[in-house]
Amino acid sequence: MMEWLLPIQNLLGPAWLPVWTVVKIMVIVGPLMGAVAYLTLAERKVIGWMQIRIGPNRVGPLGLLQPIADGVKLLMKEIIIPSGSNKFLFIIAPIMALMPALAAWAVVPFNAELVLADVNAGLLYILAMTSLGVYGVIIAGWASNSKYAFLGALRSAAQIVSYEIAMGFALVTVLMAAQSLNLGEIVRGQQGSYGMLNWYIIPLFPMFLVYLISGVAETNRAPFDVAEGESEIVAGFHVEYSGMAFALFFLGEYANMILVAFLTSIMFMGGWLSPVPFLPDSIVWMFAKVAFVLFLFLWFRATFPRYRYDQLMRLGWKVFIPITIVWVVVVGGWMQTPYWLW
Amino acid sequence: MSFFDVVFYLFASITVMAGMGVVVARNPVHAALFLVLAFCSAAGVWMLLEAEFLAITLVLVYVGAVMVLFLFVVMMLDINLVKLREGFWRWFPFGALLAGLMVFEMIWVLGSRQVADVSTTVVRAADYSNTKELGRLIYTDYVYPFEIAAVILLVAMVAAIALTLRRRPGVKSQNIAEQVKAKKADRLRIVSMPSEPKVSSK
Repeated sequence: MMEWLLPIQNLLGPAWLPVWTVVKIMVIVGPLMGAVAYLTLAERKVIGWMQIRIGPNRVGPLGLLQPIADGVKLLMKEIIIPSGSNKFLFIIAPIMALMPALAAWAVVPFNAELVLADVNAGLLYILAMTSLGVYGVIIAGWASNSKYAFLGALRSAAQIVSYEIAMGFALVTVLMAAQSLNLGEIVRGQQGSYGMLNWYIIPLFPMFLVYLISGVAETNRAPFDVAEGESEIVAGFHVEYSGMAFALFFLGEYANMILVAFLTSIMFMGGWLSPVPFLPDSIVWMFAKVAFVLFLFLWFRATFPRYRYDQLMRLGWKVFIPITIVWVVVVGGWMQTPYWLW
Repeated sequence: MSFFDVVFYLFASITVMAGMGVVVARNPVHAALFLVLAFCSAAGVWMLLEAEFLAITLVLVYVGAVMVLFLFVVMMLDINLVKLREGFWRWFPFGALLAGLMVFEMIWVLGSRQVADVSTTVVRAADYSNTKELGRLIYTDYVYPFEIAAVILLVAMVAAIALTLRRRPGVKSQNIAEQVKAKKADRLRIVSMPSEPKVSSK
């Protein structure tokens, strides 16, 4: 498959592996950043149409150059560092927010062959990386030395830690069904002759809902965006950030959104598998499913009012965690019976 | 020195320096963040030993959850550093004695012949799953200790909640279930009122 690369491989010798890995990383991160940029445009357009507006349509044809204009604007802006802030932590916080959002992509399979690192503990790795994302928020809130930022950080920390538990239990049912932590194996476990009836969304439907809603909460998206809460605490943890430092938080949030969309389609909707038996499996299905989940994210934002903080905590601890624990037991019992068909 | 050694010494030195940072840092938030760094680099060392389940779980549980709550608390505390530093020199000899004792014990244990024998790492096949092996051991050979430990943790958790749980009469907290159950009919009464008769202007 990669014969044409052999001369370069011989030329570089032992330096080949790191160089080739960096190339592969660029191939994933580059389009990801492009997807993030155009997701912001899609968000503004979709929400605009839902609210019977036009959305951005001035920069370029149909407003297609809007994200580039936004990016250039953010790059040109000054990064203001508040004099009362802790400078080192203030600068490192946006990096801490973006780093895990990108690192998690290492184990995401795009189709049967296309994966950067096919590790056995892929699911655990993803959970660990996404749980690191909260540090960017906490450090930003604390280092800004501002009341609003600090309140946003505390809200976000409590929210992410709470919803992570429900998310983890939902994933436990997936790995019980797939009997593997490898994301590629999880998709292959959903392969069968009945198309979408073989997907885990059928036996694990409650877990699909819990995972999707927890995913919205984990990425601090509306209706769970109490960490930002414009009407209550201005903009929450990133209120003191400007220019590219702010843009990094933004990139991290959207990269996380796309990651959650990928994970939802890998674990519940059969990844690259075709929904109907007569069409071939392809990476196109993967992107279609991801686009659908991302559309749900935008739809939620256009539809639901923000959750009140105590109700958000109640939903996490008193509704989702009991449901997931019960469903772990149900799936465990179900798998011992002959009626487990997946 | 092989690549393996270079990576090991890198992670090990970061772990040691972060550990020093936890003790030395003046600001408690910085100390907590140093501890996070120490956990991460310790996870790196475990990863080198092909204990990927333990390494990732260390990051997931300690860094992703425990330390977040730690930071949460430390950030909200109003710690008086001057008061904390009081009596440093009075306790210094005692602390130095303890530290010396621990160094002696470490040298004793790590320098013994039994430990030296297992210092060579066993290289496993690529399809060897650390997670599966751990699960198998925990739920077969060590199932009773494992379950007992789990029950003890559960009891501790219930006890901690029971200690802080107290019922105060007259608290005006919201009953969310009741709020969610509220229907339009409970709160809204639509009254049909006939419009006022037209006043003829004269």
